[in-house]
This record gives sequence, C-alpha cells and structure tokens, in this order.
Amino acid sequence: MAFSATLTVDSGIAKITMSGQLDASMTPVFQREIENAQTQQAKRLVLLMSDLDYIASAGLRALVFAKQKMGRAVDIYVVGAQQQVLDTIQMTGFDRSVITIETYDAEVIENI
Amino acid sequence: MERIDIHPTHTYGEFKLRAGRPLPFGATRVEGGINFSISSRHASSCTLVLFKKRQSEPMAEIPFPDEFRIGNVFAMVVFGLGYENIEYGFRMDGPYNPQEGHRFDPAKILLDPYAKVIGGRDLWRVQPDWNDIYQHRGRMVFDDFHWESDRPLEIPIEDMIIYEMHVRGFTRHPSSGVKHPGTFAGIREKIPYLKELGINCIELMPIFEFDEFENSRTHPATGELLLNYWGYSQVGFFAPKAGYAATGKFSMQVDELKALIQDLHNNGIEVFLDVVFNHTAEGNENGPTISFRGIDNQSYYMLTPEGYYYNFSGTGNTLNCNNPMVRNMVLDCLRYWAAEYHIDGFRFDLASILGRDPWGAPLSNPPLLENLAFDPILAKCKLIAEAWDAGGLYQVGSFPSYGRWAEWNGKYRDTVRKFLKGDMGQVGEMAQRIQGSPDLYWWRGPSASINFITAHDGFTLADLVSYNQKHNEANGENNNDGSNDNDSWNCGWEGPTDDPEINALRCRQIKNAVAFLMVSQGVPMIVMGDEIGRTQQGNNNAYCHDNELSWMDWTLLKSNADLFRFFKNCIAFRKAHAVLRNRTHLRNQDYVGSGYPDISWHGVRAWQPDWSGASRILAFMLCGAHANGGQHQDNYIYVALNMHWETHLFELPELPQRMQWHVFANTIMPPPEDIWKPGSEPWLEDQQQFLVGSRSAVILVGK
Repeated sequence: MAFSATLTVDSGIAKITMSGQLDASMTPVFQREIENAQTQQAKRLVLLMSDLDYIASAGLRALVFAKQKMGRAVDIYVVGAQQQVLDTIQMTGFDRSVITIETYDAEVIENI
Repeated sequence: MERIDIHPTHTYGEFKLRAGRPLPFGATRVEGGINFSISSRHASSCTLVLFKKRQSEPMAEIPFPDEFRIGNVFAMVVFGLGYENIEYGFRMDGPYNPQEGHRFDPAKILLDPYAKVIGGRDLWRVQPDWNDIYQHRGRMVFDDFHWESDRPLEIPIEDMIIYEMHVRGFTRHPSSGVKHPGTFAGIREKIPYLKELGINCIELMPIFEFDEFENSRTHPATGELLLNYWGYSQVGFFAPKAGYAATGKFSMQVDELKALIQDLHNNGIEVFLDVVFNHTAEGNENGPTISFRGIDNQSYYMLTPEGYYYNFSGTGNTLNCNNPMVRNMVLDCLRYWAAEYHIDGFRFDLASILGRDPWGAPLSNPPLLENLAFDPILAKCKLIAEAWDAGGLYQVGSFPSYGRWAEWNGKYRDTVRKFLKGDMGQVGEMAQRIQGSPDLYWWRGPSASINFITAHDGFTLADLVSYNQKHNEANGENNNDGSNDNDSWNCGWEGPTDDPEINALRCRQIKNAVAFLMVSQGVPMIVMGDEIGRTQQGNNNAYCHDNELSWMDWTLLKSNADLFRFFKNCIAFRKAHAVLRNRTHLRNQDYVGSGYPDISWHGVRAWQPDWSGASRILAFMLCGAHANGGQHQDNYIYVALNMHWETHLFELPELPQRMQWHVFANTIMPPPEDIWKPGSEPWLEDQQQFLVGSRSAVILVGK
C-alpha cells in the first residue's frame, strides 16, 4: 500500500496521519510534512501511526529529524504504532526523542 | 542567494562527479552527494563499485579519474546517491606478484577498511549466499544519534570492577527471559542485573564486524555446526557486528549499540571493547580476499621475504601495525569508537604484536603504542594490553606503557590458581599479587595490573575447581586445542559429582577465589557467569560453540543464589573500602603515624608470616589510616588465607584502641553466615584469635 501522510494543524497541535509503507523513497514526503508543521509553529507534533504497516530505518531517522526540526520545547507523540515499530524505536534509543502512547489522549496531548 | 560550495565538474554515465577530499577516509556524506576516499600505496587504479542494497549485481562502476588521485589517495564525490539504500566497494588494479607482497586482483570487489556499517551478515547465523560476488558490503552510517549529555564516565581505573562478556552468550540462552536474546538490546534489558551484582564496567568480547561462518564446520561425531563464535577475527574495524543487533535487519546496529552504551552510562557502567588489531579475517595466502589483501597487501600485512604471511597471531596473518599507514588506521579507528560511541576503554588482544616492527622484531619504543598513549581523543580512555602474542613475545610487567597502559596480569592468574589449589612455594609471590604486583609494576602503580583468575580464554571458575584436564572434544580437534597449563584442581573427582563434600569444597574454592580477587590491589576482572557458577563442561576453549556450552544459563541464578550473593557482597565490600583500591603501591611502612604499616603480614601468629616453601598460609592487615596514601580514613581489614587442608588457629593482630574486629566473610561457613552485607558485619566474640577452616578465607573488618 502506498504511503501517505496528511497534516492538520489545530490550536497549535500538528497531527500527521500516516498510512501504508514508509520506505526510504517515501521519507522525503514525511519530512516535508514535518517541515510544514514546523512552519506553522506547532507546539505539539502528533504522529498517528496505527495505519502504518511498515517503517524503514530512514523513516525512523525522520523522527530524529523531527525532534531537531521542531526544537526541544515541542513534544512529539507517536500514537498507536505497531509493536515492531515500537520495539525498534526503543532498541535504537529513538524513544528519547519521542513519547510513545497507544491511543490518542486529548487530555495529555492538548493540555498545552 | 544560496552559495554553491560544491558542484559537479565531471560526469560518468548518469553520475555527476567531482574530485573528492582525501580526508576523512571512507564514505562521508557531503552536500548533495557522498565523498569516497581510499588509499593504496601500490595500486595503479581504483574503481568505485556501487550496489543497490542487497542486490547481487552492481548498479554502477565508476573509475576514479586520474586527476582525482592525490598522492596515494583516490578521492571522489558522487552526487545524487540515495545514501540510505546503497552499498559500495572498490576494485583495485596493480601488480600481482606475491613474492614482492602484491596481490592485486581487479576481479575482486573490496570492502572499504573505513566502512562504518558492513552488510552481508545482517542476521546472526543465517547462511549467506556463498555465490555473492561481494560478501561484506560497505554501507553508509548516520551520525544523528541523540546522546543528550552523555560522555564517557571516566571512573578512576583503581575503582573499576570489570565484567568480561560475550554479547550473544550473555542473553542468548532461553532462560534469559529477554525480548531479543543474544543482542545489544538484550544486554540493555539486563542492566538491573549488572547493577545488582555491582560491577561498573562491561568489557565486550569483539563486536567489530566478523564472519561467524569463517572456518565454520560440522563436528564429525556430533553433527554440531561449529562457528567463529568468539569473533576474534575482524572483517572491518569501524563497524559493529550487525548480527549482534536485534535491529541489524534494518541496518540500525549503530543506533542499538549507542542506545545500550548510553543506558549503561546512565547506570554508572562503563563499556570497554576487546579490540583485535593483530590480524584480520583474511587468513593466509589461502584465505579469502575481503579488503586489505586486495587494497594494499604489502602495506597491511607483515610478510616474509618470500611474500608469505608472518603468523604471530596464530591465525594465519599479522596486521602490519607499525607501518605508518596502518598505524594511522588503528588510531583513526580507536578515535572513532571513543568519540562516536563514547567507549570508555579498550583491551587489546595479543597486544605485543602492536609492538613489533614490520619484520616482526620487538621495538623498544613502538610508535603505535606511544601514539595511543598520548592521543588527545583517547586521553581518558583506559588502555589495557594482553601483553603477549602467539609468536612467543611475553611482556607481562614489561609492556611499553608510557605511564598509560595497564595489562592483563597473567601472572596474577597463574599464582592465584596455584595458591588456591594448595601448591607449595606460592606464598611469597602471592604477597606480590595481593599488593597489585609491585614486582612487575613498581613504577606504574597497582592499577596497571588487571587482576583476573578466569577470562573467556580458559576454564570458567566453576570448571577451574571441577576439572584437572581440559575437555575440548566438542571442538572437533581431538582435544589438541586450548591450553594445557590450567593450574586447575577438580577437588577429588573429574567433572560433575553428587558427592556433597566435593561440591561443598568446590563452592568454597570459588568463594575463596573471588575473595582473593576483591581484596587484591589492582583492578579486578571477572568473566560473565562465574558469579552464578557457569560451566563449559571442562571445555577451556569454547571459541566455536554457539550453543548452551557457551551461553549463560540464567537458571543458575536461582540454583546458585548463594554464590551470586557472595559475589555481590564481595564487590560491594571492595567498593566500600578505599583501602582496597589504592592508586599507588603500598609501602609496607607506617607513613601517617597510625602505629601500623599500610600493609602488614601475618601467619598463624600475628606479625609472623610464614614465607617458607611449604607454607600454604598467608594473612595480612590493611591499615585504614593509610587508605589512598593516607588521604582517606577507612576501616582496618584483616584477611586470613588458609589453603592448607587442615584447620588452623590464627592469632589476630591487635587493633588500635576502641576498634573491634567484625566478621565480613568466612568461606567455610554455610550460607548465610559465609558473608555479610558490608556495614552489617557481626562483632567477633574472640578478638584474639580466629579458627580458619581448611582451604578457606576469612575477612575481618576492624572498626
């Protein structure tokens, strides 16, 4: 399934809904949305990954890119990632750049 | 307007190129492309070979234009390469004249010696495609790991307690209970265990990329697949072993290893690497051409006048470490690991080879060892030599140290083993070993001595007290491999037994050994699993066993819980007492006015040690007022070692007023009275004498 990433920004919260397979060739698409979120001065970045079937290492690296791009003050949430993706995020230490949660929790995320 | 600092000047087919930068060597991302740089003193031409990841045929071969060569370095920028998905290698042309040392073969695709990620063996023990024309493939590395505020811990070396470990063996056993057995991630899950044990450093057996299938074979009798499990044979020096990472399949081994190191550092544990610069995986003239042989054989290897390979390593070839170009590569490599991976120290396998000249003669002032000792990036790294080689050079006590190098003290191991099994004539030398071997390291201090009784190479501690002879039949070499000089004693029966007395004695001997280790000046090292009685069933050279013979069986933690507790408390005791961790040698004098020498020697009568050849008894007292040269006030510590088969009554030296003896450890006592938690030692009723059981050790604290 082709990769897609859709950005919405509302009240300072940027959400990127991701689906399909994020391989190396599609990583620039993902990065572009991260840059767009940054341009709109989002205070939170939420990556909705429950429909993401596969993520290559390049896609994971984009999480580090996201942290660098958004700055330390902006929390990045990875929501609903599949177990294999979560494992990889943890084993490679990328979990230090993002907050992983199972489901979208408006009380936590939107409490700016 | 955006500046354009780097732009293509040449084209080759669809590729845009320009002359590259010679430094740094290897493949480096630059604006818009990748800079490839490789040197060869004797090559006449070089071609860059590019593959799409895991593809069998190259996607492109780009010869380096002559004008892209500076000196002996071929350097080129290729623009527009998707660095995530490419693999690269080189073809080198030049003379093929083995007698002159040249073995160029442009038919071979060669791995970059500076490759930071190496593909081809991404998953441990998964058979590769042997028809692949390029077995070990250079890949690009990413250096975007988020280290936060981490850096090497710089724990003073005298405070270190080293735990030698095989990455896979530590958690591969099904009983480990970790999510990703046998990997860097697996070790990370076991950090709480390491913290509970109390060690503050893990020394990883080789983790540079190697080929576990090198010389692999099937045991003729058992059918067991025998592998290069230990990994003392490097394919490349800059890349971590992909098969040791759960994320190796995603080429993310670099990140997984860094995450482990960062987590260990956060928990106060340093990371040392066992590095093997004495030889490579290419073997002798019959071995595979992977990299060095095809790039510049004459420079990289020590060669006989006839062009064959010197074999000071015992493995077929010897890296020419004091060739200036190779020396620089070693230095670059260690700097890379220290800076990029925050490695805290290095242990050099067969380090004496690093002190030989290109023709094999030992150098009095080896430039490589000096370079490493004074390098600014490595300045705080611990450097530890295995101060011998397979060519007969034995330099324990005389390794060129430049005030920086410590040594695996093989004499400590040998003396302690002999004393432990009750050999005569050991007491005098044992006194030296307990003091940090001032006879060997008198001007370097006790921390030059890495004290160990067991290491990966040889018996485990449980086997040291269970076998008189090695039992290496499972290695398929007719029991001819492995050392015959083990100084081991089986306590009355060869191998496992139901005899409770023998088993009790073995357990006591293990406790005696760790007690010796933890009260000796110098830096103690234990090997993975000794703390829970790990056995290799008498195999003292399990280099080829990727199976339960080598893996740490975590069920032993339950069955040998008392042993673990003993180790844990011994380690805690050492950490609690500065008087055991002096930076400078003891003087056998009172130089602070305490009325006691810093160390005093005793026998069954206080102040009367028995140095005679028949003696198997030694006692000593450390004066707490002399801790760390008198800078700290510590308790007094008295240690009685009775390796005689009879019980002896030891007269105790008198303590200063208002101090009393307390019992920390007495190895003849059944648990839990064999050892106490430091600080909770019970008061000793009889302050004048102590009955020390046969073959046992007693440690008292005066406070």
